[in-house]
Amino acid sequence: MSLQREPLIVAFVCNWCAYAGADLAGVSRMQYPPNVRLIRLMCSGRVNEGFILKAFEQGASGVLVSG
Amino acid sequence: MSSHLIGAVTVIGGGISGIQAALDLANSGFKVYLIESDPSVGGVMAKLDKTFPTNDCSSCMMGPKLVELANHPNIEIFAYSELASVSGEPGRFEVTIRKKARYVDEEKCVGCGICATKCPTKVLDEFNFNLRYRKAIYVPFPQAVPLIYTIDQKHCRMFTKGKCGICQKICHKKAIDYDQKDLFVTVPSGAIILAGGYSPFNPRVMEELGYGRWPNVITAIEYERISSAAGPFEGHILRPSDREEPQSIAWIQCVGSRDLMNGVEYCSSVCCMYATKQAMVTKEHDLSVDTTIFYIDMRAHGKGFDAFIDRAKSEYGVRYVRSRVSRIVPDVSGKRLEVTYVTEDQKFVTEPFDMIVLSIGLCPNPTAIDAANILGLSVTPHGFIETDQFHLTRTSRPGVFVCGAIQEPKDIPDSVQQGSSAAEEAMAFLAPARNTMVPVPTQIPERNVLGEEPRIGVFVCHCGINIAGVVDVKAVAEYAATLPNVVYAVNCMFACSSDQQMEIKRVIEEYKLNRLVVASCTPRTHEPLFRNTLKEAGLNPYLFEQANIREHVAWVHQQEPERATQKAKEVVRMSVARARLLEPLYDSSYEVSQRGLVIGGGLAGLTAAQEISRQGFEVILVEKTDSLGGIAKHIYQTESGFPVAQYTQELIQAVESDPRIRIFLNSEVAEIKGACGRFTAIIRTPWGNESAHVGAIIVATGGTEFKPSEYLYGQHDSVVTQLSLEKIINSEPEKIKEAMHLVMIQCVGSREPRRLYCSRICCTMAIKNALRCKEINPSLNITILYRDIRTFGFRERYYREARIKGIRFVRYELGSKPQVVVDSRGTLSVQLRDPITGMLLSLPTDLLVLTAAIRPQEDQKELAERLRLPLDEHGFFLEAHIKLRPLDFTVPGFFICGLAHGPKFSYESVVQAKGAVARAVSILSRKRMFSDAMVTTVDPFLCRGCGECEKACSFGAIKVIDRRTEGKGIRAEVDPALCTGCGACNVACPTGAASLAHFRDKHILAMIESLTGDFEGETRELDIRGLNVTTT
Repeated sequence: MSLQREPLIVAFVCNWCAYAGADLAGVSRMQYPPNVRLIRLMCSGRVNEGFILKAFEQGASGVLVSG
Repeated sequence: MSSHLIGAVTVIGGGISGIQAALDLANSGFKVYLIESDPSVGGVMAKLDKTFPTNDCSSCMMGPKLVELANHPNIEIFAYSELASVSGEPGRFEVTIRKKARYVDEEKCVGCGICATKCPTKVLDEFNFNLRYRKAIYVPFPQAVPLIYTIDQKHCRMFTKGKCGICQKICHKKAIDYDQKDLFVTVPSGAIILAGGYSPFNPRVMEELGYGRWPNVITAIEYERISSAAGPFEGHILRPSDREEPQSIAWIQCVGSRDLMNGVEYCSSVCCMYATKQAMVTKEHDLSVDTTIFYIDMRAHGKGFDAFIDRAKSEYGVRYVRSRVSRIVPDVSGKRLEVTYVTEDQKFVTEPFDMIVLSIGLCPNPTAIDAANILGLSVTPHGFIETDQFHLTRTSRPGVFVCGAIQEPKDIPDSVQQGSSAAEEAMAFLAPARNTMVPVPTQIPERNVLGEEPRIGVFVCHCGINIAGVVDVKAVAEYAATLPNVVYAVNCMFACSSDQQMEIKRVIEEYKLNRLVVASCTPRTHEPLFRNTLKEAGLNPYLFEQANIREHVAWVHQQEPERATQKAKEVVRMSVARARLLEPLYDSSYEVSQRGLVIGGGLAGLTAAQEISRQGFEVILVEKTDSLGGIAKHIYQTESGFPVAQYTQELIQAVESDPRIRIFLNSEVAEIKGACGRFTAIIRTPWGNESAHVGAIIVATGGTEFKPSEYLYGQHDSVVTQLSLEKIINSEPEKIKEAMHLVMIQCVGSREPRRLYCSRICCTMAIKNALRCKEINPSLNITILYRDIRTFGFRERYYREARIKGIRFVRYELGSKPQVVVDSRGTLSVQLRDPITGMLLSLPTDLLVLTAAIRPQEDQKELAERLRLPLDEHGFFLEAHIKLRPLDFTVPGFFICGLAHGPKFSYESVVQAKGAVARAVSILSRKRMFSDAMVTTVDPFLCRGCGECEKACSFGAIKVIDRRTEGKGIRAEVDPALCTGCGACNVACPTGAASLAHFRDKHILAMIESLTGDFEGETRELDIRGLNVTTT
């Protein structure tokens, strides 16, 4: 495992629901692995294919769009 | 007198109704003092898991309202406080508030919660109904507003044993003060609103149900906490005795409702629906659990409720048993509970269940009654606040108004609209004093940063030990200092404290910063604070970026400090990358047409017009027919005897003679152009089109009584509807005197397939008319054929009175409707099978009264299309949100009230009309409207007018406009007043012309590109479609 690069997950999240959900996970002290990066948008409708491809290009192993 | 009015209102009670009243007042230029006896606001709604009929998460829905409340410059919250005394007179009260000692300095506490983590004393948590523990220093729930800790003096060791002091030692802010005393504060208030809410009925008095004796007999409100993901069992439905998953659950309805034996005559209005919701939520957790609801009448009288019950039965398999449970005892194993009841065919049945939920009723909140006593208000025999017969927000004392469940048991949307309605009454009462007590924002000149190289300051917050306990904040700050364009980086104890704001401003000045990054908590709560600091420092507030290293890092990676620190660095790096590209943005503003438009001249429309005028604004009232008054002219009295028709005539006269109201009869609104605050209405009048500038529009187009097509209606003269009976009672009472038998059939046109909704008022209306007939002719035989009697709330007393007076009630099922037959002599009789005795009944009748459904206006669909407003599946107008925005349309500036929204009582239409006015006045009371700067703009050089954006926009905010006659091209244009900043058009746009400010492609791409590795020296503006690649 140490030789393998840890997968990086990029999440595009809506400010009003998924981002708020991530906040609540924090408030509730739910523990999860640190290899996820959130990008806050005002609506998941803002996400275009280009962002997703760009995230993969930057080395993301998975992309989550949540809203 | 008017010059002495005080432009402030005290709202007592911070539940959803009080919150709505406070927000409406504050948004219309009034100062609000909100008193809440608990340590935080939110009331009962904050404790609920989901809400019917959409099963949305309750606290998630409430969150934005709580945040708005907490940040509102016109609202001062007194939580953990009570009304102490009131003096003065209406318009000029002096309200004294007792702020109970929290033993925590509200000014100093930042809600970090370290005290609670270190506190050694565990206390049963009353917020979770003692199903788990909290500490002796606590906030009731994590999203609490205000987020200030409170010491529970009854349990804290400093108070019980005189030693401990751990929280005082550990608090970095030195906020703990064991010597704090209750504080009395007096505030001036022109009016007072009591929104005291309810308390759940205590079922211990009903010993046969075993609550408090058998641990697996719980109340419905306890069940809300059990099923809540934030509750004691983290959303796993477990029974309290052994923490095992129950396989069968029964709900017992009417515990503490409709039960004179236990002193409660009224129906609590909400229990049938919440029990159904809970059964559905249970099934969503585990479909194999058997759910059974024992009920008397299924009361689903609200919008969408019958369809909800239908779904519970058909899709979820919830079982409904019409029976009153007589006893709950454990079975021989002691593990299960046996429920004894009588079936409809009179058999005694004993059935075991794993868990029993008591659907407890709503009782007046004792704290609210204390306040009512201080205010000197009259209360009803059941302890609710007594109101005017027709104006349900007016109490016995002028200048004091009431809303929510303390007036009558009611659900969330009814509480919200009554909150708006009470706010409207207070506003109208104090209209001359508007804007006299609210702070005027000071303008600080803004420094122009355009053309400057980004100079970024980064502040990394410890949040006490909340962040610093896991993340090496100093290392994060040191790392931030190495990032491009960062000229200053530091770690600090509390980035949000007021002294730190001074420090941030000093640093901005000293280092000539033009961008700010704060790595701390969530921007959802703290972004407004830091943006304000930027404003005060003379920078555009949009030059700010917040990195969330608390909720998204420290709190969720507590066991991995090194990786958490690494993640925090990367999150800060992404924020810095984005901050470099931020641009100053400006809210656009425009002048408001401070005039209202009311469409529809019935009771709701007349009330709305009169109230807008009382608020001091002009009104245009458009009525389709040649006279005002609508259907209310045909309602002679309410069930309590209020003369509606007479009142409506007086209201018409008042409206007609009001110089601020302009009435258009025989007219229709042909078209509405423009946006919220600056609409242009085209009114089609008999003499041609007129146009008017208005700021807000209230739709009050009413409804009609359904004309039945069954039971020989229209074929036999003695078959009439309730409205016709009402007329007979009042103008031809001899017809009633002469009659011997009268039969009424309920639900004619309601609660049928394709019309699966309840018309809400029919049961009460039928009983009201039956009682009136009995008054006229006591020997008249009256039989009411019904499916469920839905005399919700205090109307239950009329149902009882009807039974006492000998009016017979016979139930029928949808599948076996009564048959109406005429014999050779032309006399009518109704035949049906009595479901209890199984006997075939034949009821002769002199008059057959059909209780016909309420339908939307026939031309409602056409009107909806003209105004581009949404309808629900039954043709009534659809509100923006069924729970929290019952009076708004999704289209800003449009509001709804009365029968056009759905079936309701006349006095409920009045409540709604006033509530809709409160909502409209939040627009009309402003001279200028500001639209958010985070909107899409279109680059005219890139736009080719293809219209993809227009198709993608759900709000009608972006449109392709042909300006070739003006010497321009065909281009998309954005109305910033309508744009919500979602960015869907950006995605649809094939050329990159549509670009959402603050969330442009470059901003998002910068964050993605900085995910891994540094971004030294790059300030690329990369368009992902490869159309406009510029690299500098």
